[in-house]
Amino acid sequence: MSTPSGIGSENYSLTVNGRTHDVKDSWIGESLLYVLRERLGLPGAKGACEQGECGSCTVIVDGSAVCSCLVLAASVVDTSIVTVEGLGEGGQLSDVQQAFLDCGGVQCGFCTPGFIVAVHHLLESVPDPDDHQIREALSGNICRCTGYGRILEAVQQVAVARRSK
Amino acid sequence: MNTTSTIAPPRPGTLGTDASRPDGVAKVQGGFAFSSDMWAENMLWGATLRSPHPYARIVSIDTTAAWKIAGVEAIITAEDVPGQATYGLIMQDQPVFARVGDTVRYTGEPVAAVAADHPETCKRALAAIRVEYEVLQPVLDPEHCIDGTAPRIHPEGNVLRHQRIISGDADITGDVVVEGVYEVGMQDQAFLGLEAALALPDPGGTGVELYIATQWLHEDRKQIAACLGLPEEKVRLVLGGVGGAFGAREDISLQVHTCLLALRTSRPVRIAYGREESFYGHVHRHPAKIWMRHHADRTGRLVKVESRMVFDGGAYCSTSPAVLINAITHTQGPYKCDNAVVEGWALRTNNPPCGAMRGFGVVQACFAHESQMDKLASACGVDPVQVRLLNAMQTGDRLITGQIVDSVAPVAECIRETAAIPLPPDMESDPNVLDLPGGSGRTADRHHIKRGIGWGVSIKNLMYSEGFDDYSTARCRIDDGVVTLKFATAEVGQGFVMLAQQIARTVLGVDEVLLDTIDTQVGSAGSSSASRQTWMSGGAVDAACRAVRDELLGIVASENGLDPARLTIDGTDIVEVGGSFRRAVVEAARGKRLDETREYHHQPTEDLDENGQGNCHVAFAFVAHRAVVDVDTELGLVKVVQVATAQDVGRVLNPKSCVGQVEGGIAQGLGLAVMEEIIVKDGRVRNPSFTDYLLPTFLDAPQVDVVFVEEFEPKSPLGAKGVGEPPCISVTPAIANAIRQATGRDLPRVPVRPSDICL
Repeated sequence: MSTPSGIGSENYSLTVNGRTHDVKDSWIGESLLYVLRERLGLPGAKGACEQGECGSCTVIVDGSAVCSCLVLAASVVDTSIVTVEGLGEGGQLSDVQQAFLDCGGVQCGFCTPGFIVAVHHLLESVPDPDDHQIREALSGNICRCTGYGRILEAVQQVAVARRSK
Repeated sequence: MNTTSTIAPPRPGTLGTDASRPDGVAKVQGGFAFSSDMWAENMLWGATLRSPHPYARIVSIDTTAAWKIAGVEAIITAEDVPGQATYGLIMQDQPVFARVGDTVRYTGEPVAAVAADHPETCKRALAAIRVEYEVLQPVLDPEHCIDGTAPRIHPEGNVLRHQRIISGDADITGDVVVEGVYEVGMQDQAFLGLEAALALPDPGGTGVELYIATQWLHEDRKQIAACLGLPEEKVRLVLGGVGGAFGAREDISLQVHTCLLALRTSRPVRIAYGREESFYGHVHRHPAKIWMRHHADRTGRLVKVESRMVFDGGAYCSTSPAVLINAITHTQGPYKCDNAVVEGWALRTNNPPCGAMRGFGVVQACFAHESQMDKLASACGVDPVQVRLLNAMQTGDRLITGQIVDSVAPVAECIRETAAIPLPPDMESDPNVLDLPGGSGRTADRHHIKRGIGWGVSIKNLMYSEGFDDYSTARCRIDDGVVTLKFATAEVGQGFVMLAQQIARTVLGVDEVLLDTIDTQVGSAGSSSASRQTWMSGGAVDAACRAVRDELLGIVASENGLDPARLTIDGTDIVEVGGSFRRAVVEAARGKRLDETREYHHQPTEDLDENGQGNCHVAFAFVAHRAVVDVDTELGLVKVVQVATAQDVGRVLNPKSCVGQVEGGIAQGLGLAVMEEIIVKDGRVRNPSFTDYLLPTFLDAPQVDVVFVEEFEPKSPLGAKGVGEPPCISVTPAIANAIRQATGRDLPRVPVRPSDICL
């Protein structure tokens, strides 16, 4: 990433997926989404609305699901950030990721990383959600391809599987 | 089903199974590279300056101040376009940039572009470019283009297409006459993956490589090369990951700008639109005003349909002529009707340009004819299902264009299968607030809620029409036992990459199929639109795989002294029919190099004559929808409870994928029915954001119950019909009819707004 010649040079560090990344010579106005994607080589979080309406950029900051397009990157130093790239262990698919594939919850895939992160977050806070809870918790994530039916099935499947463990 | 024979289940990953997406793992892990994720060393960012006026003459453009901003590497305007100044899919009428002395014709039209070292630098540079405009009175009402009161706003004139259809006895009348004027609002495709591209210039500026999210690589290349003044072979396009399309990626948006900036700076350039810019950067579904009148006998049997359709094409042509022809040729819907008088207009105004969107043209026509069918049922005192069954089209029927429907046409079966799907239970006495119209945070009252049931049935043409040979190309190689497919088919989310592998596994009897890069290094695949790729590119992949298979069987036969005509593939083995020879395909193909490329062409079609007669379409698919809605009549809020549907698909090639297309299409049709509209006032989009342009969320998605009507389509290479568009077509009028039934209101317009219901 080249240094923008006219608009500042902030330096700070972010902890993402357990690893510390240095951000150098950045513009102070950069969002967390921008820094993750353009500076840290973590393009999993997607930008689709720039105003927190679509959920494509969902990441976890200190245990809370946030829209990274609405967070200034420089404001989340000293937090623990988890992105879609940090889910699943050792490159293996998480149960949620696997269920999205098994149930047909992926078409174009642009909303998928945000959904995956949001579903992980949902199931950590509500391990056994009913359909209403699933729908409400994920109503901040827009999908334009699937009509949500296969995504609902994926979440239900993970909830059932986790329950029987 | 009672049968004594046993049928082996299909091999995993072959046709008819829930195969896995080859791009699936990367997509759920976040590693799939969408065009907005493309990055290159030494890359610059590009951005576009757009007109704030719907119609204005550009007096001057001053870039002096912008050039003084550190980090700005290029500023380009119309003067910097070396080749053709305009582009377009049907008519090359849209400028790469509006030129000084000439006019901008819509709010958002590109005027200049910059390249700089950071998106913020780009933003500041755009703000520093001074453009002086002489503001002109915009043409906003398409009717003024018909009556001639509008000034000509483009050298090509204000009429993009005018076509009539006269069929049978134009003067005949029926005992029962129903009519209405219907309006469809401007819908946005609202794909999630915004427009983005990365251009890499060749050394010396002799060519360029563009990573682009598009629906049709070769058509893009043709238009881009013309504007760049380069031969097509010097412009190489590679499909960047596509985050949905739905028609919005058929036209050129940022392609030429990105290439120009890269060639100008000799550096890689990426342009990525934001959501607001995207609303200005691509075409939308045409807003339409449709007058329709049906004549029928007393039982409800159709005698004649009359219609006048006016489509606002906005400032540039895009695909307006094709959209209009789809609309008028589908006036009758999936019903037999011999007599028709139809007139259609697509017009140029200073509103946002409109073009392709899922179901193009047919969506608008269907809203009108399905609203009319309910009116007709009511006028004849028969059930809405009955009137549709009575008129249901069959194979062999003649359309109002004179074309005979030679596709499988199970219209009545779609209606009956849909009717057989159980209705949802009544609303509970103490419902969860999320199930009420408006959902949580609203104040819908159980006692004001009325339930309605509505129907919609549709016919949709498949592939391109009117004499266009939209062929597809595919290449199949076996190299030392490894099968690789190559095609330029745009994977936009629909899953063609998965289908292509299924075809190869089925035809060649191998389990592992590699896919080459999707780019312009192979022949055209045509567009991923018009429900055509399963049929067209599926046909090409099938043909290429069959050619390789036949060649392989021939070699194996000669190697083993067998008759090639007796060899076939059984599972993953080559076997001799009635003989003992059996060898694994992978084994037999080891050490061999086979390479075949095939084109698939659909049957030729014709232009319409001046009376709208001609075999203009290739094939048709049909679908029925039944919607159940709860309406709070005091607040005007609607909850779509259930959509039941039976769809004519020919043959299910991937059940999971088909369901996904149906559910996704229904959500988009629901959006048009009750919430989605680009509000244009005085030539300006008032809601270019996801805060103000409402899309169906998880809470808006209804229960969908789907039945596939499978009758092998003999015209189709795989027996399958495209399934992408039909789901979003008749669901919109089905929901509108359900709201009408619940409220008793006329509701001649979609989206139905709360004020239409309760005021």
